[in-house]
Formats: sequence, C-alpha cells, structure tokens
Amino acid sequence: MKLYHITNNTAAAVAIADIPVVDYVELYNDLKERMKDGNYHVAHYFATEISEGLKFYIILLNDANGEVLISSFVPDYYAEGLASLTALHPQFHPFEREIHELYGVPFDSHPWLKPLRFSHDRRNKNSSMDTYPFYTIEGDELHEVNVGPIHAGIIEPGAFRFICSGEQVLHLEIALGYQHRGVEGEMLRENNSLRRVVISESVAGDTAVGHATAYAELIEKLGDKRVDEDLYLERMIGLELERMAMHIADTGALATDIGFQLYQVACEALRTVTINTTQAWCGNRFGKSLIRPFGTNHPLTAAKCELIRKNVADVRRRYAELRRDMLEDPTLLARFEQCGLVPHVEMQRIGGVGQAARASALCRDIRKSHPSGYYATKLSHEPITKQDGDVMSRLMMRLDEVWQSADYILRTLESYQPKGELSAPDYFAPLHADSLSFSLVEGWRGEICHVALTDDKGQIAKYKIKDPSLHNWLGLAIAVRSEGISDFPINNKSFNLSYCGHDL
Amino acid sequence: MIFGKAKILRSHGWQYIPDLYSVTLTEEFRGFPLLSDTEDKSDIERAAAICPTKAITTEPLTLDMGRCLFCGECAKCAPRNIRFTNEHRLAATRREDLVVKVGDPAPKFDMSVVRPEISKYFGRALQLREVSAGGDASIEMELGATGNVNFDFGRYGVGFTASPRHADGLVLTGPISQNMAEALDICYNSIAEPKVLIVCGSEAISGGLYADSPAVDRSFLDKYHVDLWLPGAPTHPLCFIEGVTKLRSTKK
Repeated sequence: MKLYHITNNTAAAVAIADIPVVDYVELYNDLKERMKDGNYHVAHYFATEISEGLKFYIILLNDANGEVLISSFVPDYYAEGLASLTALHPQFHPFEREIHELYGVPFDSHPWLKPLRFSHDRRNKNSSMDTYPFYTIEGDELHEVNVGPIHAGIIEPGAFRFICSGEQVLHLEIALGYQHRGVEGEMLRENNSLRRVVISESVAGDTAVGHATAYAELIEKLGDKRVDEDLYLERMIGLELERMAMHIADTGALATDIGFQLYQVACEALRTVTINTTQAWCGNRFGKSLIRPFGTNHPLTAAKCELIRKNVADVRRRYAELRRDMLEDPTLLARFEQCGLVPHVEMQRIGGVGQAARASALCRDIRKSHPSGYYATKLSHEPITKQDGDVMSRLMMRLDEVWQSADYILRTLESYQPKGELSAPDYFAPLHADSLSFSLVEGWRGEICHVALTDDKGQIAKYKIKDPSLHNWLGLAIAVRSEGISDFPINNKSFNLSYCGHDL
Repeated sequence: MIFGKAKILRSHGWQYIPDLYSVTLTEEFRGFPLLSDTEDKSDIERAAAICPTKAITTEPLTLDMGRCLFCGECAKCAPRNIRFTNEHRLAATRREDLVVKVGDPAPKFDMSVVRPEISKYFGRALQLREVSAGGDASIEMELGATGNVNFDFGRYGVGFTASPRHADGLVLTGPISQNMAEALDICYNSIAEPKVLIVCGSEAISGGLYADSPAVDRSFLDKYHVDLWLPGAPTHPLCFIEGVTKLRSTKK
C-alpha cells in the first residue's frame, strides 16, 4: 500500500484526494525505520478537525533528493490511543505535544507529554502557565534556579528552570507559551490575504521576510498565475539581507555577553547599516511590507540596486576585519570553544534545523535540499557547515554566512537589470479547492514551514505555521547540560531562538 | 592583535548621530499619514475594506495610527486620499490624538496632560523596564537599538534596567497575551511610585492584528494611566527617543 504522496518544494499544491489516508500502525512501522536515516526529518505534523473526528497530516523531508513526503490518517484514537513516535525519534516531540494539548489525543509511552504553549483553545483548561509540570531532581546538593518569564533585558518572555549542582547545570527545562497570541486562529478570522501576509510578518518580527516569503510561496502554489522570475530574485535579496542583519546582530550579542565592547559596538553599527538598507528599499527596517503574494509594492530600481550594492560591500569589508580579529582573540576563543556542545548525533535526534544544525555538522539547508524560487533556478547554494557543535561553531556559522549572503547579493546585483516595475500584489487570486499547500523557506534561523488546507470553495480552512525555533529549543537545553550556569547567556545567544515564533 | 583592533576602530569611524532631533529618515519610510477628502469615495472604501487592522474610517475620513501597521497598502489603493510622509515623530500623550483627521498637518503632542512630576523626577535620568507581552521581537530590537552606538539615548540619562525595583517606569510592547497578563501586572506593581507607563507599538496600543484574538487580555490598559503612546510596527527608535524626550521636557 502506498504510504506517501511524493512531491517537492516547487510543485503546485497537492489535491487532498491524492494524499493517501493510511493506517497509523503501518505508518508508525514505516517511520520507525525510515527516520533512522539521517536524511529524513519531520517538517510538520498536525491534526485538523473533520466530521468524523480528527485527521492527521504528516510532512517529511528527504534532504538527499529533495522529496517531500506527505501522508495522512484518520485514527480511532479514543479507543486505543496512538503509539508515540517521540519515544523512538525525539524530533516528533513538539508536534505530538501540540496535538495532545489541543485535542487531548493520548500518545502511549510519550516520554515528555507536557503542554507546549498553553494555547487559548487547549483542551485541558485546568492546566495553566502556573501549573507547568517542571522536572525535578531530589538531592541535598542540588538547587534550582528559576529565571523568567520576564528576563533581565529587552527580550521576550519565557520561563527557564535550571537544576544545578554548585555552578554546574545538570538540567535545563524551558517552558514557553507566554507569547501565545493566537496567530493561527487569526489567520482564519477574515478572508483577507493582505491581513494574512501581515500576520505572517508578525509571526517572528526578526524573520518578517522569511515568514512573509513562506506565506507568499504557499499562496502562489494554490493559484494559477505565473510569477515573474525577477520577483524571486528580489525576494532572495530580501531574505539574504535579513540573514546578514540578524547574523551580525547575534555576533554583537555574543560579544556583549563576554564583555567585548569593541565587537559589540562594531556589530551594532554594521547591523544598522544593513537594516537601514532594507528600510531605504521598502520603508521598514525589518523588511515588513516587502514581500507580498504574486507581486510587490517595492520593486527594485537601478538606484536602489546601487545603494544595496554599495552598503552590502561596505558591510562585508568591515565585517571581514572583525571576523579576522575575532578568530585570533584568545579570550574570546577561551569562552566559546568547547562550550555548549551539541554533538551531531544529538542534533539529528532532536531534528535540529538551520544554522544551529549546520554548526553541528548536520547539513540542513532548504536552499540546498528543497530550493524554491531563485534558489531553485539560478543560484546553486553550497551550505556552510562546522564540525564541533559548540558556541564557537555557531559563531563561525554566522561569520561565514554573512560573507556568503553578501556574496550572493553582490554577485546577483552585478548583472541584474531591474525593470523598475513588477506586477502589483494580488490579494484576491482564486485558490485551488480541496488542496494542501505547503512552503519551505530557509529563514536566517532555519527551516520555516507553512501549511494550508483549502475547502471545497477554495477558501483557507486551516493554517499551520512552524518556525525553526520549534525544533531547536531542545538543542539549547541540551547544550547547557554540564556547563557552568554563567555560560547560559552565551549559549542562549548562540542559538538566539524565537519565543513568539514558537508560541504563535 | 592590537593592530587589528585599531584597524576596526579606524574603518568604523564615528557612528553616533550628533543631533537625534533633527534627523530626516529615508523617503521610503512610512510615518505620519496626510489625509485628504475626495468626492469619489470608492478608493478609500476599498482601502478601508482591505486594511488588516481596520484602522480607517471613511465617514468622516480618519486613520487611527494606534491601529495602523504602516504597511502602506491603503496609500496604494487610495493615493488621492492617503499619503504617508517620512515624519517619524508620532508620539502622543492621549490615545485619541493618534486618530488622524483630514487636514491634520502634523502629529499632536499635548503637553497639557503630561503630569508635572515626570519632568521633576525623571528630567535628568529615567530608567525603564521593558515588558514584552506577545510582542513580535522586532519592536524589542528597536528598543534595544535606542541604546546602541548610533542612537545612544543613554547620553541623556535614559536607559533600560533589568529589575522593576530599579525602574522609574514600564514600557509595554505586544498585544498583551493572556499568558503574560499576570506577570505584566506584577511587574508594573513592583515599580515604585511615581512611575511612568509607555505603550510602544501599534500592537500594544490597540491590539493590532490580535485586537479580537481570544488569546489576548487587554484589561491591564483599562486599569492604569498611560503617559505616552508610541505608534509603529515596529516603533522606530527615533520615534521612541523623541517621545520620551518630550515627555520629560520641562517646557510647557
């Protein structure tokens, strides 16, 4: 029996009728073996309400050949429950926890069936932020450190509980959900495509371009209109500018946390130049309003191309000086090297994605494995990877990727002759009915995945968003094990995960 | 190694903005909207219908900057009715002053409602505690940027502090998620009197995209007096700097 519908990231949306509805036990047995292969990882797994109860969809990615495998099942879960996949492959943990939290589906032998984000529509209203079941260890020599939800800085809220022996962290548990504002529900409140793309920009404000691109690509797969090649090119420039800006910000944040003011202020200044370039292009420092479905309100002009080229070249030159100096700095190396290790095998088990995974020699990069848009046609991307999986590797990922992104922008703009006008956005394009559409975009943090289901009238009936942080938060918890608690800040900054992207 | 650092210093040069109050942003920046009436209402009705946060009313024509996300789509739909200028000084002391009407030439900042103790106690130094309650991180980064090497708001004695016990006021960002409502209240009440409350970003001012979401709880804003409203999605650092400076100013 066919278990999966196989497609890729450039094909049109899939008719729901083409997705096999399988027996959960068969799927479970297949995934049990299949997921041992490190080329596979789960991109999304969710349930949706139908008249007979719940229908589950699962989307797997094969990094080796660019295939996307989609399967679905309608189990009789009230009778027997579902055998937990997390017990075999921990990368399923956030997805199973979400399904359990929303619908009360029991997952047998799930090792960590805790609330994920305390959604407003959770099934068990008695569970609340105040009753999060933190893991505890008994012992006279142990103490707990509770941090959050409000942290010492201008950052988003989340609760961290450390169990320490002296200064050493034995265990860190991260409880999130404080930022939950009902994003997925709001996507469906009005049938307004502009509103949906603006909501996508607010999923994680530091990844506005990434999430808006994911929304736009998803909608374009559901429509019949052809999209101009130049639009893909300009989106690529937007994505890479965002990557540069955030990687530079994180370089500066890491320098701040070891008290290295020179690098900190240099990075602050460089990030300002980068985001002001985005602002000069589209009027917003974070690239909000830049990406729209089927078109754009901010086509590049020759003058804007020239400005981007000039600024990106300048940032690249100055950042390279910084990079050279940082890699030779003994005090910096002493803090970052061999700190916060996440070995390759662990990263693979938890399903890590993005630059954090690549720092642990796990080459997951949508631009390479499942490219779409400009990455699929014109740019052959070679991902950068590092071997050690420590804070230094995660820093070096940034040092190198800024250079790479700048290179892509400069190379592309060198030969690009902007028309100065591109098609205007279309918020009213008819969408295919009874389809499943997904998009995969490599944001600066990693793999962004949006999934939508349309009903028989071509209206969006279900919208699911996954920020890469959903996979990677567990990586941070693993990284700080057995480190000194004072090294938590540099580990946290080296991942720089999104709270709002996780909590939705 | 020391040469490397000297080189970095040299190639970076001076970064700070000498006068924070005379900056003009790029033409592309969408700030204060200018409204004009037309006989033909069809454009503006389309713009009002598509507005993601329902910030526009057509009879009479108004635009609520406290709801507006400055996406600029209405100005594309109705260029004869709405034009966004690059004026970033958008601060207001009263919520209703954020509603722009036809012919309003510039944002209103009504000094008469500013409490006199603010300039008396905080005129020389103001330390703020920021609380993000469902904010999308862009606005938090912009607030962080107010202290960076370019804007350096610290030179006027304004900064952000970790503990509410050390703070003179609270800056609220985000639409106030239910899950964060209690922590926000506790934090605000941990700040000693007298204190200021600054609401930053359109999402915090009106709820923005999440105004009707069942996952937000905005009762906090019904309970406490707000001293300063700062629109934007996200609020530009210079808008924050300008608003806070006016709030602390002794000139009436």
